[in-house]
Amino acid sequence: MAFLLKGAHVVDPQVGLDGFRDVLIEGDRIAAVSEALEAPEGATVVDAHDKYLVPGLVDMHVHFRDPGFEYKETIETGSAAAVHGGFTDVATMPNTDPVTDTGAEIRYQIERGNACGLCHVRPIGAMTRGEKGESLAEIGDMAYAGAAAFSDDGHGVQSAGMMRTCMEYIAQFDRVALAHCEIESLSGHGVINEGRASTRLGMFGWPALAEELEIYRDIELVRLTKCPLHICHISTRKGLDLVRAAKADGLPVTCEVTPHHLFLCEDDITDTYDTNLKMNPPLRTADDAAALREGVLDGSVDCIVTDHAPHAPHEKDCEWEISFFGIVGLETSLPLMVQNLVATGKMSWARLVEVMAVNPRRLLRLEPVTVAEGSVADLTLIDPAKSVEITPDYLQSRSKNSAWLGKTLTGVATDVFVGGKRTLADGVVCPQS
Amino acid sequence: MLSVKHLIDTTSLTEDDIYQILDTARAFEDVNNRAIKKVPALRGRTIVNLFLEPSTRTKSSFELAEKRLSADSLSMGGATSSVVKGESLADTIQTIDAMNVDMFVCRAKLAGTPQKITEHTDAIVINAGDGKHQHPTQAMLDLYTIRKHFGHLDGLKVAIVGDLSHSRVCGSLVPALKTVGAEVTLVGPPTFQVDDPDYYGVPQTADFDSVIPEMDVVYMLRVQLERMEGASIPSRREYNRLWGLDMSRVDRMKPNAIICHPGPMNRGMEINADVADCARSRILTQVNAGVLTRMAEMYLLLGGENNGISA
Repeated sequence: MAFLLKGAHVVDPQVGLDGFRDVLIEGDRIAAVSEALEAPEGATVVDAHDKYLVPGLVDMHVHFRDPGFEYKETIETGSAAAVHGGFTDVATMPNTDPVTDTGAEIRYQIERGNACGLCHVRPIGAMTRGEKGESLAEIGDMAYAGAAAFSDDGHGVQSAGMMRTCMEYIAQFDRVALAHCEIESLSGHGVINEGRASTRLGMFGWPALAEELEIYRDIELVRLTKCPLHICHISTRKGLDLVRAAKADGLPVTCEVTPHHLFLCEDDITDTYDTNLKMNPPLRTADDAAALREGVLDGSVDCIVTDHAPHAPHEKDCEWEISFFGIVGLETSLPLMVQNLVATGKMSWARLVEVMAVNPRRLLRLEPVTVAEGSVADLTLIDPAKSVEITPDYLQSRSKNSAWLGKTLTGVATDVFVGGKRTLADGVVCPQS
Repeated sequence: MLSVKHLIDTTSLTEDDIYQILDTARAFEDVNNRAIKKVPALRGRTIVNLFLEPSTRTKSSFELAEKRLSADSLSMGGATSSVVKGESLADTIQTIDAMNVDMFVCRAKLAGTPQKITEHTDAIVINAGDGKHQHPTQAMLDLYTIRKHFGHLDGLKVAIVGDLSHSRVCGSLVPALKTVGAEVTLVGPPTFQVDDPDYYGVPQTADFDSVIPEMDVVYMLRVQLERMEGASIPSRREYNRLWGLDMSRVDRMKPNAIICHPGPMNRGMEINADVADCARSRILTQVNAGVLTRMAEMYLLLGGENNGISA
C-alpha cells in the first residue's frame, strides 16, 4: 500500500523542516519527502493542502482499563479514541485488574494493541507489585517484554525508601520512572483543591503541598539513584518550579501536563458540582494554570498528556464526593492545544510537535519518528481550521466523561498513518481487524 | 416571592429574600401560639423528607412545619432507604418524582446532593444540610433568633466558634450574616479553621478570649465528633479549656450579648452545662424558630399566597 500526501505543511523540528512538501509512504516507511513528487502506480493520493503533517502524536499517559474494567474502555475502543484524536502511540498505565506488574500482562496489551492495529500500544509496567508500594514488581521481566516505562500511577509511592529502591532498580534498564506525586497523609480525603474551592463547595481539600513535597522528594532521589524521573500530570506553579530547578542542575528530570490543568481551573467548578471536573490531582488555581501554560511555552514542560481516564455513567452521574476521579481526553487534547495556544500565536507548530510527539517518544525510549526518507511512517495530518462539536456520539471512547461535552473545538486530526497504514481517514476511524 | 426556585444555599439569597422569610416566619409565630396550630396554606401539596443521613431535630422540625401548613408529607431515609441498599441518587429521585410530589426536603452527607436532586425532578428542593457545604434553613432560624432579641441584624458582631472546617452551619450562616450587614469573626483551633477565610471576607483567629468582649452574639458550633478524621485536637479537656464557653468567658461578654448553638450540644466540651441553661442562652429559642422559619420557607417556595396565614 502506498500513499502520496500532496502539499502538506510539514513541521518536524528534528530535521529542521517547516515548509510545504509532498510525502510518499510505501509499506511501513516513508519513501520520499520532496517539494514535488509524482504518485507511483497504485498509490492513493491524499490532498493535504492547508493541513499540517507532523510525526505521529504520542500520549504517554492513558488508562485503557483492559484487562479488568472493560465496561469503561478496552484496548480496542481506547485505540479508536486515540487515532480519532490524532495519536499514533499511547502509553497505557498499569492500574488494570490484575495490575500490570509482570511480563505476561505487558505482552497481553502489546498483542491486543497489535491485533486491533489502530495505533501502537506501549504498556507501562507497575513499579511495585500490585501498585501497593510495598515490594518491587518484576521490572526486568516487564522491560524484556516491552514495557515502555514504569509507574505506580494512581498512587504516589508513599515510602521514600521504597521509591529509592524502585528508582535504583529501574535505572539499569534505560527506562524512565513516571511518578504520580501525592503524599496521602496530606491529600487525605481530599476531592477538590484545598483553598477557595474546598471552602466554597464544602468538601475536603487536596492541598498543592501533597503533590509538591513528593516532587521534591523524588527529585532528590534522582541525585542519589541517577534514575531518570518524569513527573506525571504536574498541576501547580511551585511543582513546576521544582522541575525547572532540577533541570537547571542538570538532573534527568522531566514533566508532563494535561490539557485540563492548562485550560481549566478550580473556578470552573460551580455549585452544579459537575463531576467531569473532578480529577486527580484536582484542578488548581487560575494562577497555577497560567504558570503551566507558561511552562509549556518556555520549555519547562516536556510533554502534553491526557491522563485519559474513562469512567462509566454510573461512576460519574452521582454526588461529587463519591464520583470517580478523571476524564477522557484523547479526542480533545490536540484541538485544545491548537485552538488555545497555536492558533492564538503563543506557540509554534514546532513546539507543539516537540511536546506532543518528539519528547514523549524519547521518554518512552521508542524509535524516533521523523518526516524523512526511511523513517517509520507514523504520521498525523491536522486540519487547523476544522471544527468539531464534542458530543457523546463524536467520542469513540467507550466512556463519555469529557469536561468539554457540548463545546466546539477547532484544529483536529483528519488522517493518521500507523506503520504506513491509514487508520484514520478524513476523520473516520478505519478498523483494521 | 423569593428570587430563587429552590433553597440550596444562602449564597444565592438576596437581602430581600432573607427578610421575606423572616417576616413570614413572624406571621407564623402567631399561628404557633394558638391552641390550634394549623393553617390550610399547603393543603393538598406533597412534600417528601429525604433524610439520607441521621437527623432528629431538623427532621422533626420540618415534619411539624409541614403538618402545621396542612401539607401531606412522607419521611424516608435512614437504614431503610434504598440509597443504603445501593440505589443511585438519580434512581431514588426519579422514582419518587414519578409519584408526583411538589417538594423534596433533603439531608445528605455528601456536598451538592440537593443541587443534584434538582437535575432529576421539577419539584422544589430544600437543602436540610449537605455534607460540609451548607445548611440554609439553620441559618434562617439563627437570623430569626438573633433579630428577635436585638430587633435588627445589621451592624451586629457575631463570633462563630469551634469546628469551622467541618461545619455546614458555618458555611450557610456566614454568607447570610454578611448579606444582612452583620460583622462575622471566625474562631477556632488552627486545625479546625476554614481553608480560605478570604472567600467569606471575614477574619479568622484561634484566640477566643480576645474576641469575646466585642461580640453581640457568640455562636458555638457543635464539635462534630463523628466527623473528626485523625487527631485534630488533643482532648475534650483541652478543647474545653481553650475554646469552650464557660461562665468565666460568659462573664466577659457584653451586657446584652446572647449565646447560640445549633445543637445537639456536647455539654462540657464546646459549651458548659450552666452556660447552656443561662439567661443569655437562646438555644431553645432557636429550636422554636426552626419550625417558624421552615414553615415560611416552604410556604414561600410553594407559592402560597396569603391564604391561611390570616385564617
